Amino acid sequence: MANAFEYAPAPESRAVVDIKPSYGLFIDGDFVDGQGQSFKTINPATEEVLSEVAEASESDVDTAVRAARRAYTRVWSRMSGAERGKYLFRIARIMQERAREIAVLESIDNGKPIKEARDFDVPTAAAHFFYYAGWADKLKYSGFGDTPLGVAGQVIPWNFPLLMLAWKIAPALACGNTVVLKPAETTPLTALLFAEICQQADLPPGVVNIVTGAGATGHALVSHDDVDKVAFTGSTDVGRAIAKAVAGSRKKVTLELGGKAANIVFDDAPIDQAVEGIVGGIFFNQGHVCCAGSRLLVQESVAEEVMDRLKRRMSTLRMGDPLDKNTDIGAINSGEQLKRIRELAGVGDAEGAERWEVACDLPTKGFWFPPTLFTGVSQAHRIAREEIFGPVLSVLTFRTPAEAVEKANNTPYGLSAGVWTDKGSRILSIANQLRAGVVWANTFNKFDPTSPFGGYKESGYGREGGRHGLEGYLKGTDA
Amino acid sequence: MPSTRIDVRKTYKLYIGGQFPRSESGRSYVVNDAKGRLLANAAQASRKDARDAVQAARKAFPGWSGRTAYNRGQVVYRIAEVLEGRREQFEAELRASEGVTAVKARTYVDAAIDRLVWYAGWADKITQVVGNANPVAGPFFNLSTPEPSGVVAVVAPRGPLLGLVSVVAPLIITGNTVVVIASEAHPLTAITLGEVMATSDLPGGVVNVLTGSVSEIAPWLASHMDVNGIDLTGVDDDALARDLEVAAADNLKRVRRPAPGTDWLAEPDLDRMTAFLETKTVWHPIGV
Repeated sequence: MANAFEYAPAPESRAVVDIKPSYGLFIDGDFVDGQGQSFKTINPATEEVLSEVAEASESDVDTAVRAARRAYTRVWSRMSGAERGKYLFRIARIMQERAREIAVLESIDNGKPIKEARDFDVPTAAAHFFYYAGWADKLKYSGFGDTPLGVAGQVIPWNFPLLMLAWKIAPALACGNTVVLKPAETTPLTALLFAEICQQADLPPGVVNIVTGAGATGHALVSHDDVDKVAFTGSTDVGRAIAKAVAGSRKKVTLELGGKAANIVFDDAPIDQAVEGIVGGIFFNQGHVCCAGSRLLVQESVAEEVMDRLKRRMSTLRMGDPLDKNTDIGAINSGEQLKRIRELAGVGDAEGAERWEVACDLPTKGFWFPPTLFTGVSQAHRIAREEIFGPVLSVLTFRTPAEAVEKANNTPYGLSAGVWTDKGSRILSIANQLRAGVVWANTFNKFDPTSPFGGYKESGYGREGGRHGLEGYLKGTDA
Repeated sequence: MPSTRIDVRKTYKLYIGGQFPRSESGRSYVVNDAKGRLLANAAQASRKDARDAVQAARKAFPGWSGRTAYNRGQVVYRIAEVLEGRREQFEAELRASEGVTAVKARTYVDAAIDRLVWYAGWADKITQVVGNANPVAGPFFNLSTPEPSGVVAVVAPRGPLLGLVSVVAPLIITGNTVVVIASEAHPLTAITLGEVMATSDLPGGVVNVLTGSVSEIAPWLASHMDVNGIDLTGVDDDALARDLEVAAADNLKRVRRPAPGTDWLAEPDLDRMTAFLETKTVWHPIGV
């Protein structure tokens, strides 16, 4: 079945992107040299060094927070919502104008397929700015008042670098806050390009500040005394550490953390659609998705058929050069992440699950892991409990709807879930019982600026997106 | 006729899982009235009692959160009815324990009853006020609705009736189940309120009342991995509040710590309800 169709390579041109040999920090409207060290960001598909980026020290972070505070007090909190909104509309438009350039840069720095960066990350990021731009002068209708918090310290992950930036910055600015944002150390480049976009939009200096760096920079930011709001997306372990770091400070906190989503397929589901949903659910963005459908729960009576069709479909996935427009699966974001995925897959073998992976040639350079599934997985297996954050699917079976719900909810996480069945009343019943913040029924991995996103239990608290996304950036009606 | 009859005094115990057990530790502490005279011995709850209470609350959660909002509203309204019927007892207790005037005691009891009625009416409205239909850019049905966080631990504020009702009612009306540590100084009214709840069609385990030392029990609840949220309203000590928040981070509990100085007589905001609500968003394709 493999290679039924040969495709000619269709690489996207890199010429639209100009990557500088080194980047400073974006503070108070300008790029400045940091006082700390610098680090290299590489292309995970080739291990080529793309650029040297400044690692913000504690005092750099302090400078950025001061700039944000000044901009908040003197400019941004005094500006009318309508005028703030216009800046956000400008940013949305510039992102659309420079869409190709941003998509290529995102693909190079992150390893994700260009078709995903081009068709998902960039347009959705622009849409978020467009959506929240319209809220800026309508906050009194939000239900959360219209009083901003002040300075927001925001730390984002490497899986959707620009989109996570948009999720954080757009609502913060719309509500009248200023921000200091730290992008992930493996994917800083689109955030720095975004800084340029802020300059092009003539956004007042200090309203957006970007400090690049790793964990220490992030820690300095979230624990800074003059930060009023902390927003973090990333692992549950780091989320816990942040919650402890800000304990007692009265900072407002929103956390979007890990997940181990169940994707439940009933015997009356449209199997081909379900298979597409399973594949998209776990292999989208190499599985580097907190809400990925990483636990497939399939009803026993159709398990064999679903597995056959799933394997056949997986065999048609094209893995390789992220910049090739035909590519479905790109590179793992970093050597460190690849190591973790290999380790956990190894644990799957050791605990007795059966591994099946797509037969394909892996490139010799870069970080790669083939689409993989494990069958014969039990609930006690680590690959059924821990977030792998890679293209690895654990398959479990069930007999009754009650058993499906029981297994789906048997996790400390509660970010997302999927359910596939043709029976409407069953969809609504299962969706009611699932303890997860997003439930996709007969679809998966859908996102929209108007749709709130966020978890139950140890997947964090607060919502991003939609009207609900404003709550984390406003004081509320008792302010 | 001279009053030679000896009072039958009440033993104040805990309220866990719909029952009134003594503390498993066998301990009690002295509760004095406003003039420093012995009022009664209150049970001094232990770690084990706290864990039993969490277990009872967890057991009650699926049933309580699974009821219709209309039904939860009726039950909370019923608590108000029963409280109204026993108002003299509560007024007397408030006067004895806090030393307030008859007028003030009546004001607080009135307000507590009215607060229950206010929240009872929210049961089937909060979803409409905080939920949303979301107009996504594609052919999808997309609806966000609130759901309770689960088991919520509460450190009740000083007001032994109005304060307690004000922190518990918003949690149960939204479908959460509760373990509440009563005011350490004035715990007796909380147990009497437990008697009201026990006779108001409120299922056992939906509200569990512990009396005893806040600094002893609260850390166990803050670090309990089967507690989903903690309301620190009654924690006055900043250092203790910080420690509880640190412990709560282990399983990422939702934490509510309002600024001090709540006016309990004023109409509350929605945030006592929304702080312990999750938002669930369901997507489904639209097609034929």
